[in-house]
Amino acid sequence: MLISEQKPIEEILSYLEGDKNIFLIGCKGCAEGWGSGGEKQVAEMKNTLQEKGKTITGSLVVDMLCDRALTQLKLRSYKKELAAADSILVLTDGAGVQTVAELVNKVVHPGCNTLSAGGAHAEWKESERCLECGDCVLEFTGGLCPIARCSKHLLNGPCGGSQGGKCEVDPDIPCVWQQIVDRLTKLGQLDKLERLVAPKNWSVSLVSGPPVKRFP
Amino acid sequence: MKTKSNLERVLESKIFAVTGELGPPQSADPEVIRRKARILKGHVDAFNVTDGQTGVVRMASWAACLIGKEEGLDPIVQMTCRDRNRIALQMDILGIAALGINNILCLTGDHQKFGNHPAAKGVYDLDSIQLVKMVKDMRDEKKFQCGEEMAIEPRLFIGAAENPFADPFEFRVPRLAKKVAAGADFIQTQIIYNVDKFAEWMKMVRDRGLHEKVKILAGVAPIKSVGAAKYMKTRVPGMDVPDSVITRLQGVPKEQVSKEGIKLCVDIIKQVREIEGVAGIHLTAIEWEEVVPEIVEAAGLLPRPKLVT
Repeated sequence: MLISEQKPIEEILSYLEGDKNIFLIGCKGCAEGWGSGGEKQVAEMKNTLQEKGKTITGSLVVDMLCDRALTQLKLRSYKKELAAADSILVLTDGAGVQTVAELVNKVVHPGCNTLSAGGAHAEWKESERCLECGDCVLEFTGGLCPIARCSKHLLNGPCGGSQGGKCEVDPDIPCVWQQIVDRLTKLGQLDKLERLVAPKNWSVSLVSGPPVKRFP
Repeated sequence: MKTKSNLERVLESKIFAVTGELGPPQSADPEVIRRKARILKGHVDAFNVTDGQTGVVRMASWAACLIGKEEGLDPIVQMTCRDRNRIALQMDILGIAALGINNILCLTGDHQKFGNHPAAKGVYDLDSIQLVKMVKDMRDEKKFQCGEEMAIEPRLFIGAAENPFADPFEFRVPRLAKKVAAGADFIQTQIIYNVDKFAEWMKMVRDRGLHEKVKILAGVAPIKSVGAAKYMKTRVPGMDVPDSVITRLQGVPKEQVSKEGIKLCVDIIKQVREIEGVAGIHLTAIEWEEVVPEIVEAAGLLPRPKLVT
């Protein structure tokens, strides 16, 4: 069970600055269980954003958003609504956000911080997608996680060892920063990476914080 | 002048700068450092000491820097984020400044997997860009990373590395721009064998005007053997060794290869010196320091300005 909590609304609104039309996605799995992105929270978020002058082009709550095949199938019925959106706000853990980012060619904003994987790592079989760092950075990285997928957890771009799309550590590991640059290039948002990203707050992460599960 | 660094003084006076590299020993022997420092003396404006390069345990960079300073050189301490969190980094930064070291090169660090302790826990609390910013804030704002203030700040000339041959190529210059925005005063590049690609990268650097904001030192290194060239081409991450380099070394009799490697290095120095925006070279001859005087002389870079720190 991935344990997540919603980011502060001010932070979410800062992500959505400049975007008028938003598509909302939640998850009936862990996010519903933890009250961070189920049916109820998606409906509430819809109201909040409308009050702030946003147009919600559509919303969807998937049974298990981290199930790639299921989410792909569900998204097919929302082609028009997705096309009309400037970006997508996803209310669930890091694994779910990255599922949507992989499936949809739009900017994807994370609406939650993942506090703990609770011993499980979502339905993504081939690789770890979330290290439960408690301070989700997917907003700045095209929906691909450099904490879970960069050997050095870099936040400001690739190191000097990225070559031919591969990580210097192992030729079988794709360089996630190459993937991030490729994706942001495709979205016309490479300038997002020019911002200096400050040192991360590791005190909220499971690996550096106190050795207890944190519940929202 | 922001600092008492000899390197800064040379660069500010628009003299084509030369920095060298000194590999510290895998032991507590200070004599190795003294011997190498005496070779470099009078031939470089400052020298780097690597910080656990390739993840292998060697004498601490700051300690070897201090020994080299006693020999009358201007040291550049290398500091990686691999082995220290922000607390340790800042303590070391205060310490090196207190010891009279004037230069720091901020690096993320080679992954511990490559070294002789691959089971070590990597730290990577900060990345190299965040480290540059932290040193800059300590020096210019007298502030620790947490925001608290300090009485006496570390006056350090801040360097960073950049690899024009790594991927994604189109992001290498924006990444350099981030290092400049974070506060880098000088850049030492990856070792250059592919001069054409380096020239292409420098053009992108000039297009953004970055060469006017940061001093760029082109990385160069002599190659000792055909085997070494092939090893660098295929096995060292982030290196770009064109076939023409290997062909050139193969084209001479075996006993002449190291001489040809030195000539090739001198040729590359002359070529990069012609490129607008290149402020100097960083010469790396690890475990072959004795050829540094010969290369610097053949490249027409002697005498060096009198050292002042």
